[in-house]
Amino acid sequence: MFQILEKEQYSEKVFKFRIHAPQMAKKAHAGQFLMVRPDDTGERVPFTFANWNPEEGWIEFIFMVVGKTTECLSKLNEGDYIKDVTGPLGCPTEITGDRVAVVGGGVGLAIAYPVARMLCEQGKQVSVIMGARTKDLLILFEQFAALPLENLFITTDDGSMGEKGVVTLPLARLCETDAIDQAFVVGPVPMMKFSTRTCREHKIPIIASLNPIMVDGTGMCGCCRVEVGGETMFACVDGPDFNADLVDWDDLAHRQATYRTEEAASIKHYEEDCACQK
Amino acid sequence: MPEVKTYRPNIGAPRTPANEEPAAERARDFRPVDTGYTKADAVAEANRCLDCKKPFCMEGCPVGVHIPQFIEKIREEDWAGALETIKGDNLLPSVCGRVCPQESQCEGKCILGRKGDPVAIGQLERFVGDMADEVGKAPECKPSNGHKVAVVGSGPSGIACAGELAREGFDVTVFEAFFTGGGVLTYGIPEFRLPKAIVKREIDGLEQLGVHFEYNSVAGRLFDADELFNEMGFDALYLAVGAGLPRFLHVPGENLPGVYCANEYLTRTNLMHAYQFPEYDTPIKHGRDVVVFGGGNVAMDAARTALRLGAESVTLAYRRTEAEMPARLAEIHHAKEEGVKILELASPLRFLPGPDGFVSTIELQRMELGEPDASGRRRPVPVQGSEFAIPCDVAVTAIGTRANPFAKLCADVELNRWGLIEADEDGRTSNPRVWAGGDIVTGAATVILAMGAGKKAAASIAKTLLAEDAE
Repeated sequence: MFQILEKEQYSEKVFKFRIHAPQMAKKAHAGQFLMVRPDDTGERVPFTFANWNPEEGWIEFIFMVVGKTTECLSKLNEGDYIKDVTGPLGCPTEITGDRVAVVGGGVGLAIAYPVARMLCEQGKQVSVIMGARTKDLLILFEQFAALPLENLFITTDDGSMGEKGVVTLPLARLCETDAIDQAFVVGPVPMMKFSTRTCREHKIPIIASLNPIMVDGTGMCGCCRVEVGGETMFACVDGPDFNADLVDWDDLAHRQATYRTEEAASIKHYEEDCACQK
Repeated sequence: MPEVKTYRPNIGAPRTPANEEPAAERARDFRPVDTGYTKADAVAEANRCLDCKKPFCMEGCPVGVHIPQFIEKIREEDWAGALETIKGDNLLPSVCGRVCPQESQCEGKCILGRKGDPVAIGQLERFVGDMADEVGKAPECKPSNGHKVAVVGSGPSGIACAGELAREGFDVTVFEAFFTGGGVLTYGIPEFRLPKAIVKREIDGLEQLGVHFEYNSVAGRLFDADELFNEMGFDALYLAVGAGLPRFLHVPGENLPGVYCANEYLTRTNLMHAYQFPEYDTPIKHGRDVVVFGGGNVAMDAARTALRLGAESVTLAYRRTEAEMPARLAEIHHAKEEGVKILELASPLRFLPGPDGFVSTIELQRMELGEPDASGRRRPVPVQGSEFAIPCDVAVTAIGTRANPFAKLCADVELNRWGLIEADEDGRTSNPRVWAGGDIVTGAATVILAMGAGKKAAASIAKTLLAEDAE
């Protein structure tokens, strides 16, 4: 059992949990993830580490409510327990460039933040591009703003904060002005796909942190397989970071959509169940 | 005076039939396929044993279970004695009785099998194992010797090693990455073939022996061998991480939604209870026309799971013929009885999507058997121009597994070119503090071999650590 030490709500559907997990806190690295199963009937869901503190023995992850398991998770409060938390899993993020653009979209900003922080600590020149549909979904702005960044760009689809448009606009400018020699992107598949295209046009290498569906997270089930450069790779043990230029994005998008129908059925069942209990 | 044996086997008696549930009924839910022998069945079957002076059955057993002796105890209705006899060699009789390929081991060697049906040794072993609920008692442990041993993986090999060491007075901790124990016995083998209550009984038994289980503990990421030895106070490590990394067909369309590898299909169903969705949150696709590729036990498990998830047609496509299938005979028999259709000499060429993007059709190619390959089985060769297509909305590939990639993260031990750990007969690796056994040493094999390796390694660990004390 893993106790929730702190809960923070960033937007209607985005939450942060701080969990007591001393051994994991000692071993976590930027880019790695953990698997959470809230209770005995829950699904196992992967979340990337957003923050960790080995001295105080906690780790943090940020999640968006997208289905029944995350809905149940969001109902837990400070002091409550999560049944199972497993990690760290996956390979740590490794970035060789010196002038790096870190591009995060939506809840992907939670993954982008520890990467940007790590790069700043390594003394690199870091430019961050934050993207979201609207201002209310733009999480971790203060945390990013507190980092010693070269540039901080914000884009929203509706223009409610920063530039109106998508992350590829500032990304293209960074590429054109020779401000970066590498990029890291994490977010929804279309955003990663188009960021990759922008970088390819300017011959800037780009790494993407992928988020396919997972079951075991330790290389055993193959659910998270992705095509990278024509090879079948497992995001859970070979990734989650890959050379974005080689990723088959359409394949990933299809696989992510596998359980849309079941997710809707699960939520419906849950809501009916809740209604019964009222 | 020499002991006079008065036992006369009932030579004319036919093999006592298994108590199987009707195929049409059992294929609709996850109940056990076979309810096992009653006491009367077991005694009747035990009376068929010839009690050979030179028991070939024992030679056929990879761990040398004293088969005629435990069968004799059954005849005497000494259930506790029978259990004790088996457990001297095999710690998991309830499991092995259900999953061992008896026809190529003990029963394959039974003299009775030359002219008729061999003694149902598997059924008898299972019966005795299950009698633990009635007559089992916690084995006695030697007093604590102060040594701590870490076991990584709670599958059959890890369980066996932990149990043996605990009995010898070692302080044993098993580290398991999943939230529950049993390894492949839990995530791989379905409820209808191996009820999870049996796996739980084995794990509970170990806990009673004082074995600690640390779940959600990913060795190699959360800690490694150096930390186990230098910071956590362990004196030895047994690596039993298995070989669960799936192989793929590498044909076009294999990543389409609806195409599973068996590990995922079975893990969702068994470990995550997807068959109880939406009471359990983990979903699975319930296909109408399911096609499974492979000819081993895992392929049979997947095909029979598909039936139980409500498929209208389940086809098992195999590159060779039924005669070459590596699955247990009982599984092939059960699968066919339940309605699984076997498509021999067929190999997939590609998976094609329907309008919704999910797999809808498989293109296959006819094969014919050519010259024997390295495994001694005749190699399947494609027949040119024999392509054909069948409808399919869920496909499952069950064509084998590879080494667990975490082996190399756990400890600095020599691996072979397949990523399997190099270990000797006793499980010793290139690292004098680290032992290994089970599938991570042999590649995918049987529960009994994995269990036997755990037992041997435990003896070697005990001998090594206790010898150091004596110095």
